[in-house]
Amino acid sequence: MAQKTKTFPRSSPSPPRSSLWRSLILLGKYRHRALGVYALAVVVNGLTVVIPQTIRWIVDAGIIQRNMSILLLSLLGLIGLTVVKGLVDYALGRWTEVVSQGVAYDIRNTIYDKLSSLSFAYHDQAQTGQLLARSISDVERIRFLTGRGVLRLFQSSLLLLLTFAALLLMNVQLALLSMLLMPLLAYVAFRFGRIFRPLSLDLQQRLAEMTTVLEQNLRGAKIVKAFAQEDAEVERFEEKNQRWFALAQKQVIVQTQHIPLIDFIASLSTAVIVWLGGRLVIEGALTLGELVAFTTYLGQLISPVRRLGVIIPAVAMASAAGERIYTIIDAKSEVSDAPDARPLPPIAGRVSFEDVSFSYFNQRPVLNRLNFQAEPGEVVALLGATGSGKSTIINLIPRFYDVTGGRICVDGCDVRDVSLNSLRDQIGIVLQETILFAASVRENIAFGMEGVAEAEIIEAAKAAQAHDFIMAMPDGYATQVGERGLTLSGGQKQRMAIARALLKDPRILLLDDATSSVDAETERLIQLALERLMEGRTSFVIAQRLSTVRMADKVLVLQDGRVAASGTHDELMRASGLYAEIYDRHLR
Amino acid sequence: MGFSIGSSGIRTGGPGGTLAQYADQVEGRSFNLRVLWHLLIFVRPYAMRMMGAFAAMLVASALTLAAPFLVKVAIDGPIAHGDVEGLNRIALAMLLAFVGLYLASMAQRYLLSWVGQKVLADLRAALFRHLQQLPLAYHDRHVVGVTISRVISDVGVINQLLSQGLITLTGDTLLLLGIIAVMLSLNAQLALVTFSIIPLIVLATMVFARRAKRAFRKTRARNAHLIGDLAENLTGIRVIQAFANEDSAFEKFDEVNQANRDAHIEAISLSFVFLPTVEFLSMAATAIVLLFGGMSVAQGSLTLGTVIAFLAYVNRFFLPVQELSRLYATMQTAMAGGERVINLLHTEPAVADKADAIEMPPIKGRIQFRDVVFAYREGEPVLRGINLDAAAGAMVALVGPTGAGKTSIASLLARFYDVSEGAVLIDGLDIRDVKQRSMRRQMGWVSQDPFIFSGTIADNIRFGRPEASLAEVIEAGRLANVDAFVKELPAGYDTEILEDGANLSVGQRQLISIARAILADPRILIMDEATSSVDMVTESLIQDALGKLLAKRSSIVIAHRLSTIVHADMICVVDEGRILETGSHADLLAKRGLYHRLYQRQFVSLGE
Repeated sequence: MAQKTKTFPRSSPSPPRSSLWRSLILLGKYRHRALGVYALAVVVNGLTVVIPQTIRWIVDAGIIQRNMSILLLSLLGLIGLTVVKGLVDYALGRWTEVVSQGVAYDIRNTIYDKLSSLSFAYHDQAQTGQLLARSISDVERIRFLTGRGVLRLFQSSLLLLLTFAALLLMNVQLALLSMLLMPLLAYVAFRFGRIFRPLSLDLQQRLAEMTTVLEQNLRGAKIVKAFAQEDAEVERFEEKNQRWFALAQKQVIVQTQHIPLIDFIASLSTAVIVWLGGRLVIEGALTLGELVAFTTYLGQLISPVRRLGVIIPAVAMASAAGERIYTIIDAKSEVSDAPDARPLPPIAGRVSFEDVSFSYFNQRPVLNRLNFQAEPGEVVALLGATGSGKSTIINLIPRFYDVTGGRICVDGCDVRDVSLNSLRDQIGIVLQETILFAASVRENIAFGMEGVAEAEIIEAAKAAQAHDFIMAMPDGYATQVGERGLTLSGGQKQRMAIARALLKDPRILLLDDATSSVDAETERLIQLALERLMEGRTSFVIAQRLSTVRMADKVLVLQDGRVAASGTHDELMRASGLYAEIYDRHLR
Repeated sequence: MGFSIGSSGIRTGGPGGTLAQYADQVEGRSFNLRVLWHLLIFVRPYAMRMMGAFAAMLVASALTLAAPFLVKVAIDGPIAHGDVEGLNRIALAMLLAFVGLYLASMAQRYLLSWVGQKVLADLRAALFRHLQQLPLAYHDRHVVGVTISRVISDVGVINQLLSQGLITLTGDTLLLLGIIAVMLSLNAQLALVTFSIIPLIVLATMVFARRAKRAFRKTRARNAHLIGDLAENLTGIRVIQAFANEDSAFEKFDEVNQANRDAHIEAISLSFVFLPTVEFLSMAATAIVLLFGGMSVAQGSLTLGTVIAFLAYVNRFFLPVQELSRLYATMQTAMAGGERVINLLHTEPAVADKADAIEMPPIKGRIQFRDVVFAYREGEPVLRGINLDAAAGAMVALVGPTGAGKTSIASLLARFYDVSEGAVLIDGLDIRDVKQRSMRRQMGWVSQDPFIFSGTIADNIRFGRPEASLAEVIEAGRLANVDAFVKELPAGYDTEILEDGANLSVGQRQLISIARAILADPRILIMDEATSSVDMVTESLIQDALGKLLAKRSSIVIAHRLSTIVHADMICVVDEGRILETGSHADLLAKRGLYHRLYQRQFVSLGE
């Protein structure tokens, strides 16, 4: 409800083929098993139709004729049939699961692969929660479709046909009469499925809304208390709760209207058969065994017909889920390797911006024909108000976005002409908010690198002023951090990121010198680590503090997407009024 | 509800559904009188409806038994004797029985679900209300996700307890007893022979239940793992791309994805062993009836109608047997969940208003701490004797290293916790003698990790004063410098904030929380590292605004950037739970103590 501001990223033009069809095509990889499943389904249906006939035979030829050998023999046959049916049922069920889980697995891998290749522009617009929901629940719906969904559709329809044929063979009149109610049963079941499914999804949505209110209330407990807003919060929750209850009531009513009715219609056919079938038996047009077989057949039909009604709406929902998934899979990454991209050779670290313009999503330009050059090993401080383009410059160098005008060159190569991996491998990034993965400290520091010796990791951690606090953790470098692991403070995370960058030993370094909520001592340690990190590398720093601008070889003062002034601290103090003003007001 | 013989009568729900519920099973008592009693209190207002549901259930069970019996009567009586009139009467009786069954099951279903969901809603509301009473200490100790699952999932057991526990237990037991009684009365010998299958069904269900529990638990763990891995990688996608680490991240995901697939295949396969087994046992019972019944019919000791009625009864026999053997597991889960809910509901608020607490009069702003000792956990004091006396309207700054106790001092002033020893006074009143909310309504709090609620930016600024006009919101926004970036947004102050404030930067969130405090117009303002995440330019703008705001009221400011507090009326240097130095900036510098050292380190060494 609250999510109208960010719509889902530009969806591809309407998918070329229906998503239903595309999902079924995914079965191709498992076609032998899938065909096997349908062959087995035919066998199971055949057995299901034969079993009541056996019972009829037992009643008519065995019990009524008092023929004990027929009774015994056919009972053995009955047991045998059940065993065979059980085995086939098992194979059928397992294969269905193998195939549909296989499809789900394939789709998830495809989605994942796609998401990791999509550029920042895509992820800026997409919401993690939505992407997650698609990869989890929407994929489940496709799985249902490619597995039990279509299979049951097939099985139920086939059973309906076969049963009808068997009934016709026994008695045409009674068959027609007893099947009369089946379309009604199917219709009610279908109506139920069509109303009920969306309703239960709505209900889930309501519950999710309620959960959100609760979650925010719990996480913001301090603020709620500090502003004495408990009553307003209770009201907010109660409103969601009542909305949930109202919808739950609707669901109860829909269930009450349909489920007993379905059962009633089904039993009605039993009454019809006893009544009409009984007459036929009296007239001698039907045997007692056939009468029993009739009721058995109808009993067997009830659940497949009921299921048919539920599955059809589910298939419709699965195809909607498919469409959502295919918008991800079909999305074009705005940043990808050019067809003839070559690897970037080891660089010296010269970075030049030539007439660079950039705007996010066709909004007003953030950078406007920007020009500057950084020589290998230089420290470039970026200074300017929020929105002046500092972070954009940082994001454009590793090609997280592509420029909308001009070009960026590293050692004279346009970054769009080299492969992304080879470019990003030579760039290190340390930003204010550091993300750690659920892995050990060691793995987090060596993130993205293979075959790194323990000694190198420790050395990097020492240089980043992180070794001491790591050793103080319960398992040292093997300590699990991130989700389900130890929680680190902002300052500790930042130093881990510095160690990560040191270990990577990049030629170009992008960083933010802000230290978020740490005490003076930690701040000093982080500063030391950052200074060490910058030594000898071309560094771009979003400057938040005086020490950085003083040590920079070049300070770029940005205003409205342009370089308003550049030079060293001393030069700028003399030459730039804007710089002097910023310095006076904010840095001193 | 027809009477079928043989195969597919047994299946309930999908193959997964049959067994998956075992996975929820938790070790614990399956019957807990205390839990049941407390939960029943919530049902009591709807006792009449429950009685109605119960009555409807009795009728439905009885009518369910009637159909096969009527079939027997039809076969042995009118059909055997060619009595068309009699057949008509029996068919009519059957029709009436089915109509009655239809009405009764509608009534039962409606009443039961209604009560179940009403109680669910009532219980959730009660829990939420109760959570608002609990002190911050509770929230510190409990993971948010766990509390959520108490309120959202665990209360679901009420439904389970009502529909599956009480009703299924009585309903199925009655139905089973009814079937047994009818079968015994029709033919005791045949009935006893048929019952020999029951222990096998119970055994099979129990054996599979145990294995299924393990298998489905594994699928849940794998699924959680899959979601976790995916969520983590989506959050960290920028880092992964920045380090060109897509391939190895993919490999890791592939592994998790595979494990999830395999666990599901295994668990579902188990169901496909279980269902045919039950079907086989049911068919075995049918065969027994046909064999022994058939022989008896041949000897003339049994009518054919009885055999056919037996077949129908056998067929509906297994559902309640299975249900009942599953009930144990369900009840265990329900009771464990119920116990957690009840325990939460009975957690006493540690910081409660005294019975004779008075409304806090308008605060002037004198703040006193008298020998305050405080510990979050017993034996680990965080504050060890804090003494402080700040005049009304003074700005008090707390500085010192992380963990010194600065935030604890501020929290005690807002009475998020109660002091262990000593007293906190506002305007000379011990804050334990006034009603908490009347006091907090006059306070404002800006914390270091600003919390943003979903809703619009205006809603968030209005949080402390929901009745404030838009003009007031905009004025507060202007003072806190929120205006600058809100103007850039297409919807302005009506912009919806995404979950976790994802469309705002940390700094922007902080500005909003400052605007929130400004609008609340508090008499005492507490700022806990309120400007730590905004850039220098913005910070100096906020400082200007705050300077004006703070001039008229008391404030406690915690800061690590000393530049923000040099103008404070009183600076307290806190370390290890004590106030080591107190005085103005100039006084403290002159003292050349701890403050001087901190100041030197931040301004001088880094400035060079």
